[in-house]
Amino acid sequence: MVTNFQSHYIPNTVAEQDELLSAIGLRDIDELFADIPDDYRNPPLELPAPLSELEIQRELGELASRNRPLASGPSFLGAGSYYHFIPSIVKAIMTRGEFLTAYTPYQPEVSQGTLQVIFEFQTMISTLYGMEVANAGMYDGATSVAEAVLMACRVTRRQQVIVADTVSPAYRQVIATYCQAQGITIDITPTDQISGAITEATAGIVAQYPNFYGELDDLKALGEMAHADGALLVVSADPLAMGMLTPPGDFGADIVTGEGQPIGIPPSFGGPYLGLFSCKQQYIRQMPSRLVGRTTDTEGRTGYVLTLQTREQHIRRERATSNICTNEALYALASSIYLAAMGRQGLRQVAELCYHKAHYAADAIGKLNGYSLAQSGTFFQEFVVSCPKPAAEVNRQLMKHNILGGLDVSDRFDNGMLLCVTEMNTRAEIDTLVSALAEIA
Amino acid sequence: MLNKGGNRDTTRMLMDRSVSGRVGVITPDLDVPAAPLPDAAYVRESLPLPEVSEPEVVQYFTALSQLNFSIDTHFYPLGSCTMKYNPKINDEVAFLPGFAGIHPQQPAEQSQGALDLLYRLQEFLTEVTGMSATSLATLAGAHGELGGVLMMRAYHLARGDSGRTKMGIPDSAHGTNPASAAMAGFDVVTIPSDADGNTDLDALREIAGDDLAGVMITLPSTLGLFDSHILEVCQVVHECGGLVYGDGANMNALLGRAKLGDLGFDVCHLNLHKTFSTPHGGGGPGAGPVCCGEILAPYLAAPIVERTDGGDYILSEPAESIGKISGFHGNFGVLVRAYTYIRTLGAAGLQSISANAVLNANYIMHELKDIYALPYDRTCMHEVVFSADLQRERGVSGLEVAKRLLDYGFHAPTMYFPLIVHEALMIEPTESETKETLDAFIDALRAIDAEATNEPEMVQHAPHTTPVSRLDEATAARRPVLRWEPAEAAD
Repeated sequence: MVTNFQSHYIPNTVAEQDELLSAIGLRDIDELFADIPDDYRNPPLELPAPLSELEIQRELGELASRNRPLASGPSFLGAGSYYHFIPSIVKAIMTRGEFLTAYTPYQPEVSQGTLQVIFEFQTMISTLYGMEVANAGMYDGATSVAEAVLMACRVTRRQQVIVADTVSPAYRQVIATYCQAQGITIDITPTDQISGAITEATAGIVAQYPNFYGELDDLKALGEMAHADGALLVVSADPLAMGMLTPPGDFGADIVTGEGQPIGIPPSFGGPYLGLFSCKQQYIRQMPSRLVGRTTDTEGRTGYVLTLQTREQHIRRERATSNICTNEALYALASSIYLAAMGRQGLRQVAELCYHKAHYAADAIGKLNGYSLAQSGTFFQEFVVSCPKPAAEVNRQLMKHNILGGLDVSDRFDNGMLLCVTEMNTRAEIDTLVSALAEIA
Repeated sequence: MLNKGGNRDTTRMLMDRSVSGRVGVITPDLDVPAAPLPDAAYVRESLPLPEVSEPEVVQYFTALSQLNFSIDTHFYPLGSCTMKYNPKINDEVAFLPGFAGIHPQQPAEQSQGALDLLYRLQEFLTEVTGMSATSLATLAGAHGELGGVLMMRAYHLARGDSGRTKMGIPDSAHGTNPASAAMAGFDVVTIPSDADGNTDLDALREIAGDDLAGVMITLPSTLGLFDSHILEVCQVVHECGGLVYGDGANMNALLGRAKLGDLGFDVCHLNLHKTFSTPHGGGGPGAGPVCCGEILAPYLAAPIVERTDGGDYILSEPAESIGKISGFHGNFGVLVRAYTYIRTLGAAGLQSISANAVLNANYIMHELKDIYALPYDRTCMHEVVFSADLQRERGVSGLEVAKRLLDYGFHAPTMYFPLIVHEALMIEPTESETKETLDAFIDALRAIDAEATNEPEMVQHAPHTTPVSRLDEATAARRPVLRWEPAEAAD
């Protein structure tokens, strides 16, 4: 039995519903569901009783209170999701109903706002990465690099990919998931052994920049190795680090992807994030996901449309470059607002703040008794520390000081902890971390 | 649409506005000693991002927003997209610092509230679909499809049943279905619909063999019809050893009315950005959780949330998982919104949604079927598919009818889909519109039909009142301009 319930999200009252029913010539809404076999219609639905908005606020507030927000104390955890400053205008603009509640811009005449934003986004992302073309976005950094692997195989018509072992473990797992049914071989290889591993069957080399452990791998060398054998260089790059670092495009990368979260998107327990995806112009017809292009209307005015759609699933079906449809357009907007506001000077300043603060922290921790830096190369905002005790134990003790420590990377470094320092960490916070670590040792 | 002058004029892009020295954000001073910069090879020389002040950014983007239709500003009768009202409380709670401000890898004891919420949502979605288990890791509908068909593949392979290379997909299916099946390595076999819009059972029996991995069925179908053969469809597929995938894009029609698990589906995805009201955002983010029955549960994408005997919540990987399919644990902010929606409505509220969504669609069908051709004249579910064939006879296509609706202040319906209906106009009103809006929309479509008789040329050139008129898509694709270039370079 279905009971009537007047929800505040459903305007028509029972009396109005009856009006519609009698217009159709029916007496009961249940008659509309007669195609559902009797034994299966209106099954019991066991859900908690509905709540008022006041009660909802309390319940969600209670759930939220059982989490520790990054802002509640010094936090040094990065490893794929980063705590950066977001100007208040980002949320103010992205939550405007005209953006937030719009559909995918399939009707360009009434979607110029969303379309022009994506065109701005494509411009700024290709600029950041030093690439010719960027698309309208993917789900997240992990799926973006996985799609880049599939694209490299399509472009080269080869079925083997070398992934540097300094690429995020999560990214490597998602690449494996995406490739499991495609007959693609994935070889996880230390960067110094890639030149020996590459063959004429290799579709691409995948690297991360800065790499998962914070350091800058030699992309120029990797690009030369790839191109010598007709393979592509695929790089997953932190867009915020591009404020100061030479972009992968300048090193010869063919496809550059990234996690867009650092540029204007809150950590939010892992999502929604934003996949960034850019490549050389010559490969655009093999790209996944939406692209916005500039054109003119019947009166000669400039306008924007979704373009090259014959790559996509709604036209090409099983021969599409990807199955992706809904992506993360709202967060492409967030990133565009962020990049517009930060601009040429601001992004450089933020990147340098992260760089200098991380180096200040690494210097101080490296001098502590019992601690040492596990790597010696150039790094951006993350570095691995070898601790005198297991990293998990150090983290537990740090939390007693209300400090969120780094990621346990003891699978690769003895008692290793991957620490991240950004512009959000003040000198006082870093000093607190250093003295807490000294105490724990 | 009133024109805007000066800085609010949107014809100038960010780089056109850039003035050297303008800043949009002030960053804090460096409070530690500066470290030497990396080797010069790693430091970029130029960063040609715009230089604009904060007011300019706000004015420009606000002016852009006003060029959009959106559900808050316009009715979207967009079939298969379920453009319903997006409650504001759902956005508010998603932005709580205890949700938006937490790191995905912070220790479980510091994120018990978030994990508890995810666990509860898994339970809700399992209950709504009549399944056994749910993974929230997939980030959109198509992503859920990929996860689901990879699970089907893994299930067959684990049984040593490696000859199942085919996936049956109805001719009315959304393009993501064949595209997802192909990404999971399957060959797509098309299943025709019969004269009533149901699955053609004879055609299904022909492909049901030991090489069929399964079928992907959208219920109700994209014709807006509840397939009255659905029990037989599941039976035929199961008898040949295949599995049945459910595309949940149209679940708004079935909330509390039927459970896919009860009907015989083995696995399905839900589109939280459709059925569960999370905002579409101009094309995402969405979320596409995968729900499945007992036999497929070990294959779900990682991670899922489990409750320990001690009452703690932890992330875990199912025994035979297809693996990790996204960076972390799913689109958490979207999942918070969907959880809030379900808590606000409860079982009675969800049933009221399907009741009103289906009632509104049938009302529109009834009020327009005398002037718009109706290929399948039977009770529809949450959406109705008309054909503009009768208008076409007067020289006005479905596309032109849809474009003319924009002038009346309504978003266009879904057009030319499903592919099996000529000049298709697919209309989904949802439950969150008033009778007044439905009547105004019906009046507009009746008026456009009259215009097709009296002034067809005017309709052919619609829209006339939008910020831009019909755009040249052919040139956009032939000579792609995909980013801003300085004026000199563009010439």
